[in-house]
Amino acid sequence: MKILLSKPGLDGHDVGVKVLAHGLIDAGFTVVYTGLRKTIEEIVDMAIENKVDIIGMSILSGTHLILAQKMKEVLAERKINIQWFVGGNIPAKHLEELRKMGASQAFPTGSKVSEVVDYFNSIKRTA
Amino acid sequence: MSDTKLKSTKRKTAKELNVKPVYLESGLEVNPVYTAEDVHPTDEEQEMPGEYPFTRGIHPSMYRNKPFTIRQYAGFASPEATNERFHFLIKNGQSGLNVAFDLPTQCGLDSDDPRAFGEVGRVGMTIDTLADFEIAFQNIDLDKITVSLTINGTAIILIAMYVAMAEKAGYDISKLRGTAQNDILKEFIGRGTWIFPVDKSVKLVVDTIEYCAAHVPKYSPVSVCGYHIRESGANPIQEMAYAFCIAKAYTDGALERGITIDDFASRLSFNFDIYGNLFEQVAKFRGGRRLWAKIIREEYGAKNENSCWMRMIAGGGGGGLTKEQPMNNIVRSAYYALISALSGTQTMALCSYDEAYTIPTEHSAEISLRTMQIMIHEMGICDTVDPLGGSYYVEALTNTFEEEIRKEMKTVEKWDGIINAVATGKIQASVSRQAYEREMGIQTGKVPKVGVNIYTREEESQEVEFHPYNQKAADDQIGKLKKIKESRNQEKVKHCLAIVKQEALENKNLMPSIIAAVKEYCTVGEIVSALKEVYGEFKEPIFFN
Repeated sequence: MKILLSKPGLDGHDVGVKVLAHGLIDAGFTVVYTGLRKTIEEIVDMAIENKVDIIGMSILSGTHLILAQKMKEVLAERKINIQWFVGGNIPAKHLEELRKMGASQAFPTGSKVSEVVDYFNSIKRTA
Repeated sequence: MSDTKLKSTKRKTAKELNVKPVYLESGLEVNPVYTAEDVHPTDEEQEMPGEYPFTRGIHPSMYRNKPFTIRQYAGFASPEATNERFHFLIKNGQSGLNVAFDLPTQCGLDSDDPRAFGEVGRVGMTIDTLADFEIAFQNIDLDKITVSLTINGTAIILIAMYVAMAEKAGYDISKLRGTAQNDILKEFIGRGTWIFPVDKSVKLVVDTIEYCAAHVPKYSPVSVCGYHIRESGANPIQEMAYAFCIAKAYTDGALERGITIDDFASRLSFNFDIYGNLFEQVAKFRGGRRLWAKIIREEYGAKNENSCWMRMIAGGGGGGLTKEQPMNNIVRSAYYALISALSGTQTMALCSYDEAYTIPTEHSAEISLRTMQIMIHEMGICDTVDPLGGSYYVEALTNTFEEEIRKEMKTVEKWDGIINAVATGKIQASVSRQAYEREMGIQTGKVPKVGVNIYTREEESQEVEFHPYNQKAADDQIGKLKKIKESRNQEKVKHCLAIVKQEALENKNLMPSIIAAVKEYCTVGEIVSALKEVYGEFKEPIFFN
């Protein structure tokens, strides 16, 4: 299973996304990381180019709803069916909103690396 | 400490005492007990505070004379709100402010740039043009308030604006005070607001140093940040070592321009992180301060004592705070404040207890402030200089830290220096691996963290207080920018940007041409675009090891 981890928007806090990248690599997943400050269009391009199975977005600055909406729109415009998830400083009340926008999962601050790994293992099994 | 030496003394090793070995975050083993034999007798033993190499502090009387400065970090969305805040502070007798900027300003994008959508004014003040600076500082006496600009990637433009504003208002810039963070090398390691390739980014920092040394000598153009490097995963030894390597890189650049060390070194300051083991942090600062003094005097030949000072802001690090049982963070922060004072800091700032999951409320910010004030007024922390001086343990660890930081700096030299180590991503890869290992240590319970992996309780998860984005304020800012763009002298704008570009090509100091450009209301985004055409952009090296 190949996962694209991304940093959309301008937020430069990348400790969390890099910790997760290490965790997923150690758990046997293939990880592609976009680096900082990518637009949603650039992220989707990279997802297609690298033929990944799922896109992850890491956001700390509070722009998660705006960026998730954009992700939904860009995927719809390009008629691409790919799962995506969000991680970062996300209030509990936004988790449901993110799912409604099409996020397959959202991991707020305090989530453990093992929870994310378990989640990917579960979708790997159902795939 | 070698085992053979230990055997001849009364001290026993952990093994002899049948207790578990203990290792600091830096990897150093800690003895169960220390004695005079652990403190190598040197001349420094009789060293006094305020005396080279300043292990015990940079001033003879330290806080007895004046307590450390309290300077909390604050962001206000608009120049208008910032101006209001300045007036409020001055009325209340305060004299300094640490200004945060929004991400578009930090990354060199104007408010009307599509990439800035959703970010205008979100995490700090927006600056598109000099007009915003003029609003923020309206009716403020720049002789009375000192402003600290937390800006890096676009620091040369914002320092230019500050100087331009002062010049336009008729101030004598040779007396102008203030500071800028302006430490771009650490941005490549953590925080991430880099724009240009590493060598060009450093060139711009050196431009500001050279310009300020000649024209704005009381301004502190650079504050080197170990803080963000540690927050990105570096251990306390690496935090100091990388910060010193970075400070040396800027210093070397400045010297190449013909500035003398004594013209510049006393304006350099540091920003460090505090969390974790109390004694390790104190030794880190004492050993680091001694080493920095030696580097400046022995390697650079500084004559002035104050050139050798490791002046610092050392505050409680966000990295030690937890989302779980957040009230515990008040206690943690009080310890961090104590560490900072025991280490002889010049300036202190604490993270608020709720900072691990939200933007601090007024209430939580007040608790941070009171924490520091209680320490100053009730704990006797200001009465005696360097109260831990002479402790066998602290002195031994101080010596070890001086040696270990020096060793780590040699490692960076082996990577062909800090500029290369950052450009190739070597440092980023190694600290991010360490951040992962540390986080897994906490998540698996190997590294104890109260409320997280020990003494936990079932509790309602702390809700993140969400600050709704103020789209109207963003639209107002964009409207204001549009008006300025229409009303300025377009010919002069074009001409100024062409000169910035030309002088970048000719490798000249860009401060004068950027000051000229901002005076004609060229935007941050326009100046950054002109420079990108010459310098290109940094390409982030990505690998995990």
